[in-house]
Amino acid sequence: MRNAVAIMQRELIAYFFSPIAYVVLVLFLGLCGYLFTEFVFKPGGEASLRGLLDGWTMPIMLLFFLSLLGMRLLSEEFRSGTMETLLTAPVTEVEIILGKFLGVGAFYLAMLAGTLAYAVLVAVFGDLDVMLLACHYLALILLGGLYLSVGLFFSAWTRNQLVAGLLAIVFLLVFSVLSQLVANQFEGWVRAVFQHLSIVTHYSEMIRGRLALDHVLYFVTTTAFFLFAATKVLESRRWR
Amino acid sequence: MISVKNLTKRYGPVLAVSDISFEVQAGQIVGFLGPNGAGKSTTIRILTCYQPATSGQATIAGYDVFTQSVQVRRQIGYLPESAPLYPEMRVREYLHFRGKLHGLDRAARDAAIARVTDRCWLGEFINRPIGQLSKGMRQRVGLADAMLHNPKVLILDEPTIGLDPTQIQEQRKLITELGKSHTILFSSHTLSEVERLCTHVIVIASGRILASGTPEKLRQSVSAGSRLIAEMKGPAEEIRRGVSAIAGVKKVDVEGRDGWQRLSIEAGDGEDVREPIFALSAARGWTMREMRREVASLEDFFVKITAEQRAQSGKR
Repeated sequence: MRNAVAIMQRELIAYFFSPIAYVVLVLFLGLCGYLFTEFVFKPGGEASLRGLLDGWTMPIMLLFFLSLLGMRLLSEEFRSGTMETLLTAPVTEVEIILGKFLGVGAFYLAMLAGTLAYAVLVAVFGDLDVMLLACHYLALILLGGLYLSVGLFFSAWTRNQLVAGLLAIVFLLVFSVLSQLVANQFEGWVRAVFQHLSIVTHYSEMIRGRLALDHVLYFVTTTAFFLFAATKVLESRRWR
Repeated sequence: MISVKNLTKRYGPVLAVSDISFEVQAGQIVGFLGPNGAGKSTTIRILTCYQPATSGQATIAGYDVFTQSVQVRRQIGYLPESAPLYPEMRVREYLHFRGKLHGLDRAARDAAIARVTDRCWLGEFINRPIGQLSKGMRQRVGLADAMLHNPKVLILDEPTIGLDPTQIQEQRKLITELGKSHTILFSSHTLSEVERLCTHVIVIASGRILASGTPEKLRQSVSAGSRLIAEMKGPAEEIRRGVSAIAGVKKVDVEGRDGWQRLSIEAGDGEDVREPIFALSAARGWTMREMRREVASLEDFFVKITAEQRAQSGKR
């Protein structure tokens, strides 16, 4: 696991040299600031960040931003040839994938940490529900982890960052927006299946404060699945 | 130290490496020689566990590259063809990162970095970002990385490509130096380089091994039917008849130039006809002003075999 930590550190450093990361960081915090003043920070408003996080805006915004962050993870290494140095060092594919995931995950946490300022503002002017806030951040972390694992998975396929990013965005849109739209067209069990598939369903439930095991499990297992799949894609290079 | 048996690699229908076998003994510096696209990099990538072979077997230090990949990767230091590095890192950071991947702890890394900094002359730019370095410096960083964990085997893919003449000389000096303590396999398409550095040469073209042996042996195999050039003063026809009569001479061409006759003599395999020719010219009173053997270089050999290869593939 020491190798995974080494790769994570390197990855995190790389983000602070990447222009995309700064663009994502600034846009994300800027948009959050706008949403916060528009929907949360009002006299008589609810003393929580729900106005900022509820609905489609936040999941779709993160979908694009995190796909942009995740697309370079492996593609860039393939393109520049550094993957060759990485895969010929005594490092396993699992360690590479974990290291990359933790590296970009740490950057995402830094992004989220910026939004804690809004929570502080709410706490100063109102009676903030700390448990609900914890639930919100857990939802954001789980959602981001899933998005990033999907980005990492598509990044393992191609040396072209843009292709990896677009594939991740399309895939995630299908699984968050389209499955919701399909679900709305049906009744009964079909509706239930598509709703359960949708990322946004599980996210929204958690934002409403319903911390049920099935939502957490949904995120954890899907994330684990995509990390596992990314490992297999990377490993397949050794026997293709 | 390195053993390759019947290795074959196909990229779809394209045969990149075709049934090659060779051995590298511990302590040897082996040059892997061939034109571009001969299959050098493919073979090297198989040996370094980056790509699988289609069939065949390869072992490094007794470990199989397919089934014991991690053990093999601990034994080797590898410099890929373009020396890929992370441009945003500083040289020292990069070497620390690579040291961690090789399982070196902090103290061991510091010692290892000091050692490779010294050997690869990284001193002046050890704290510079890699993105600012020239091609030659990057090659040196790549080489330092390959040597970091003091591997038994160094595998270098085109270690002098893209360098300027001074850097090439330095790089060669370094390889010779490293050859004293490591087994080295390196690829090149420059003959003079291989001739100078290697204890053993493997010539590869179109995925096949065409020749292998010491540089001297390869040169001999070309010079076996080499030519003799002589210049003497005398009547052309008589000289031709006289020299042709000498035992071992297969063919003589005579060309007159300002009173001197220039002879181009082909002798049979292993025949040395220089002494009888001298005796003849002395006996007849033909003044001789030059006699030399045209020593074939590996360059000739290379051109010859690649031309043969091309002719063959043309026929196919």
